[in-house]
Amino acid sequence: MSAQTATAEPAAPRTDAIASALTSVARPPRPSALSTSITFGWRALLKIKHVPEQLFDVTVFPVMMTLLFTYLFGGAIAGSTADYIAYIAPGVLVQSVLFITMYTGSNLRTDIDRGVFDRFRSLPIWRPSPLVGMLLGDAIRFLVASLITAAVCLAIGWRPGGGVLGVGAGIALVLVFAFSLGWIWTFLSLVLRTPQAIMGVAGFTLMPLLFGSNIFVDPSTMPGWLQAWVDVNPVSDLVTAVRALMDGTELGGELVMALAWSAGLVAVFGTLTMWRYRDPR
Amino acid sequence: MTQPAIETEGLTKVYGSTRAVDGIDLAIPRGGVHGFLGPNGAGKTTAIRMLATLIRPDGGSGRVLGYDIERQSDEVRSRVGLTGQFASVDEDLSGRENLRLIARLYGFRGGAATDRADELLAAFSLDDAGDRQVKKYSGGMRRRIDIAASLVVSPELLFLDEPTTGLDPRARNEVWDIIRALVRHGTTVMLTTQYLDEADQLADRISVIDSGRIIAEGTSSELKASVGSGTVHVRVMHRADRDAARAILSKELGVGLDTTHDPQALVAALEDRSGVTRALAALEAAHIELAQFALGQPTLDEVFLALTGHTAEDTEEEAA
Repeated sequence: MSAQTATAEPAAPRTDAIASALTSVARPPRPSALSTSITFGWRALLKIKHVPEQLFDVTVFPVMMTLLFTYLFGGAIAGSTADYIAYIAPGVLVQSVLFITMYTGSNLRTDIDRGVFDRFRSLPIWRPSPLVGMLLGDAIRFLVASLITAAVCLAIGWRPGGGVLGVGAGIALVLVFAFSLGWIWTFLSLVLRTPQAIMGVAGFTLMPLLFGSNIFVDPSTMPGWLQAWVDVNPVSDLVTAVRALMDGTELGGELVMALAWSAGLVAVFGTLTMWRYRDPR
Repeated sequence: MTQPAIETEGLTKVYGSTRAVDGIDLAIPRGGVHGFLGPNGAGKTTAIRMLATLIRPDGGSGRVLGYDIERQSDEVRSRVGLTGQFASVDEDLSGRENLRLIARLYGFRGGAATDRADELLAAFSLDDAGDRQVKKYSGGMRRRIDIAASLVVSPELLFLDEPTTGLDPRARNEVWDIIRALVRHGTTVMLTTQYLDEADQLADRISVIDSGRIIAEGTSSELKASVGSGTVHVRVMHRADRDAARAILSKELGVGLDTTHDPQALVAALEDRSGVTRALAALEAAHIELAQFALGQPTLDEVFLALTGHTAEDTEEEAA
């Protein structure tokens, strides 16, 4: 495409054709909630096609996290990186994915500011579908991040006892939790007015959830007050459950807890999001 | 089908201490263009957003095509289209992808959605640009794709929120032609604008809105008549004659005449036009030669100034 064709104004619109387009087709029946949600997921994929830089964070960030934490702490915490990778791999996977979820909030705010969201909200569709579709599209990004983290961990010596099935089940659980956590950010993006503010608040929220957990070290070395926080932190339950799935060890009540937290997050923040969505600023 | 297009009673929206829309009553029949005229920050967009069910009123009630905007919002949404600064398309996607997306959301299946997108692209002469990202479109093309996206299924009522703001004159005329074509087809159009000549050109009836309130309503001619029947502009051929002419005109027309920085000119606002012929004859009898004698309807700018005490451009930005 030459610069000339890119700037040339097209011919005037054909008003006769516009008038006939108004009557040329019958209105189709109203699509289902699932169908419109999937259509919005398709939009997310189209955006990745046009702006592939969107995948930069989900590819580079997990690699950086995994290498940095494994080699930084490996020797000090577990005696060797080879031993540490067995402990940290499931946790760093959880961390990589959950950290990336916060981009959901700033992306939504950008959509709202550009006016695309009002177009969607003016359509006669199941109301949560633009948000559900957006989170479904993000699940693709999260999946990419999971696979890359797992590949890096495998490359530097991780040998999960649960095998392919165990790792797959672990990733599935992380995706479910990430989808649920996403509703906090959708709510934030309807309350706060700039992408920067959303990223700020999301960062502050994620920091204690991710670092005040059992991702990096065994909580038994921590002071009592911190152990108490780690114990109630839902991310700890998630990490313990993901570890058990990936290592192929016995699953405790943490799986149920992680799923219960996911359901709770959707119930609370999904409701709050939809309440704000009806009348946003 | 006898329900009016839009009916509101005391429709109100409050943001903090600002009454963005402060109790407006509307009764707009179907068909034609209804203009919503006011400066930035007057509350036009907020009112449209309430009527299009994007935000909820804090007071009053509204019915669109007979359906309550709060309790039957889904019925409203399936019958209206919305285009404007706050309802646009996805800049990252191509024009064709945007139209396919909207078509699928309305229930068209894969192939039918693509056909519908192609039909609209052709009608709006955007076929060649269809595969380019919308962010690379010119302002005029951008507005076309925005309007096309509102016509994927035929709306009974189309809200156009400042459709020509920021467009060059050619693109503006093209948008006007599109609006006229829609109206000929029978679509009711509710148009907000801060351009007085746009309302004058397109709208059958106009509501003038300022600070969240409707301050006048009527056809363009009625609004103009409400501020007097017009102005008379006179220029004498020789500046020495001006004072004599002023005395004659003032006597025959029954109004005071103003002078301007032009030493040959006289200007007056007329209450009625009955003295005009006599005044011309009297000037002739006094052998005062004229360079110009013009009788004009007031412009909507003058109407706005008379109604609000300020011109249409000098209010601050609208708070979203």
